[in-house]
Amino acid sequence: MSAEIPDWTTGREGLALARCRACGHVQYLRRPFCPECGSEDLGVEQASGRGTVYAVTVVARAPSPELSAHAPYGLALVDAEEGFRFMAHCPPEGVAIGDPVLTRFRSFGAGLVPFVTPEGTP
Amino acid sequence: MSRITGIGLTPFGRLAGASTLDLMSRAATDALTDAGLERREIDGLITGYSTTHPHLMLSTVFAEHFGLRPAYAHAVQLGGATGFALVMLAHLLVEAGAARRILVVAGENRLSGQSRDAAIQTLAQVGHPTYEVPLGPTIPAYYGLVASRYAHEYGIDEIAELAVLMRANAARTPGAHLTEPITAAMVRDSKPIAAPLRLLDCCPVSDGGAAFVIERADPARPGPRIRGAAQAHTHQHVSAASSLTAFGARDSAGRALAQGGVALADIRYAAIYDSFTITLAILLEEIGLAPRGAAGRLAREGHFSPEGAMPLNTHGGLLSYGHCGVGGAMAHLAETVRQMRGEAGPRQVAEPPLALLHGDGGVLSSHVSLVLENGR
Ligand SMILES: [Zn+2]
Repeated sequence: MSAEIPDWTTGREGLALARCRACGHVQYLRRPFCPECGSEDLGVEQASGRGTVYAVTVVARAPSPELSAHAPYGLALVDAEEGFRFMAHCPPEGVAIGDPVLTRFRSFGAGLVPFVTPEGTP
Repeated sequence: MSRITGIGLTPFGRLAGASTLDLMSRAATDALTDAGLERREIDGLITGYSTTHPHLMLSTVFAEHFGLRPAYAHAVQLGGATGFALVMLAHLLVEAGAARRILVVAGENRLSGQSRDAAIQTLAQVGHPTYEVPLGPTIPAYYGLVASRYAHEYGIDEIAELAVLMRANAARTPGAHLTEPITAAMVRDSKPIAAPLRLLDCCPVSDGGAAFVIERADPARPGPRIRGAAQAHTHQHVSAASSLTAFGARDSAGRALAQGGVALADIRYAAIYDSFTITLAILLEEIGLAPRGAAGRLAREGHFSPEGAMPLNTHGGLLSYGHCGVGGAMAHLAETVRQMRGEAGPRQVAEPPLALLHGDGGVLSSHVSLVLENGR
């Protein structure tokens, strides 16, 4: 695994994917092997953060008291242009299925989370 | 072939002071009485899990507590699909000869045994610990994502009708958690929870318990027969689902029907998991009990009403009889058995010769289908 590719799950701004060098399968929910073919020969890459909204909701009631102050917050599933799907925060209004989005990052709870906004918004 | 010879179902709702073991015991006592059996006649025990009583060995904790010494015992965990998975397993075990009479039991004081925040927090942990949970999703949020996609593809205005139907059914069911009548407008105007889902699209959190006795078919001991049972598991986390409009329900139900040599057209009663209105709509449509996008409309037209062509969850389902965890879906089966026996009181439908039951766990990730044949 490549430590130099920044990844929000370790607190550094970036969206990382792993591509199987044997079969080409792209994974986002990372394992040390390819779930399609079992190969352990994976290349970690930086995703562009560009994608399309597949599903979107607004959480009105947060799952814990520590997160309540953030509610309501938008939550989206985004199809990344590299061929994986990821969960991200989004503005609670103005994001619709099919919208092209860009990924930034923001602090939430104890760490950093992906935050997508429609392309062309400041 | 296996038969269901005993059912036990507690009221669902706020049952203050009752623990997991109390609720399991009440349901088990009722199931044994219903089956006309003594404790010593039970040689197998399968339990679910309880979030208020987490334990590595809940089945033997219960066996000791209740006074059973089974030759076979363990617990099963499959989220909302657990109830029907327990029944499928008992069916397979008696068919295989591993046990003769199995007690299947679950119960949980999910409402009064913990704070509401604790319940929401525990349930939200079914998300991916690294890629989902840090974003603060909730169970309704996962289903809100699913519902947004459904709304995008088919339109979602009429699914409120499913909540209205479940409430009307619950009003005729003793022991139901929520019985105050509601209208589709009330559902659509209720408090936003996870867009497009609102409060009345969501099932309540309840206390309750349910139990069955499942045994090898014996002409001297009548009861509905399990004709088919099948599962399908396609993913765990919503982020890993290949589609949010097509899930494993069609595959699972199709194989359960084929196994029983039953056509969907022969089914006269449906017991379908309904944690949210969207869950029920998707499952009905995917199984083929409604065209895509039409479950809400069919409910409004009376198709799924007790007097309609396909009576559905006549006890009120999770949406209104209530949801106590594993026991929640088991109430669907208890009601199916009552309908088959002609014991459903004011909500009795024409005794169905064949019923289809379907449960799901996770975010429509795990599916279990059962085909039940009336065996009176
Ligand atoms: Zn591979």
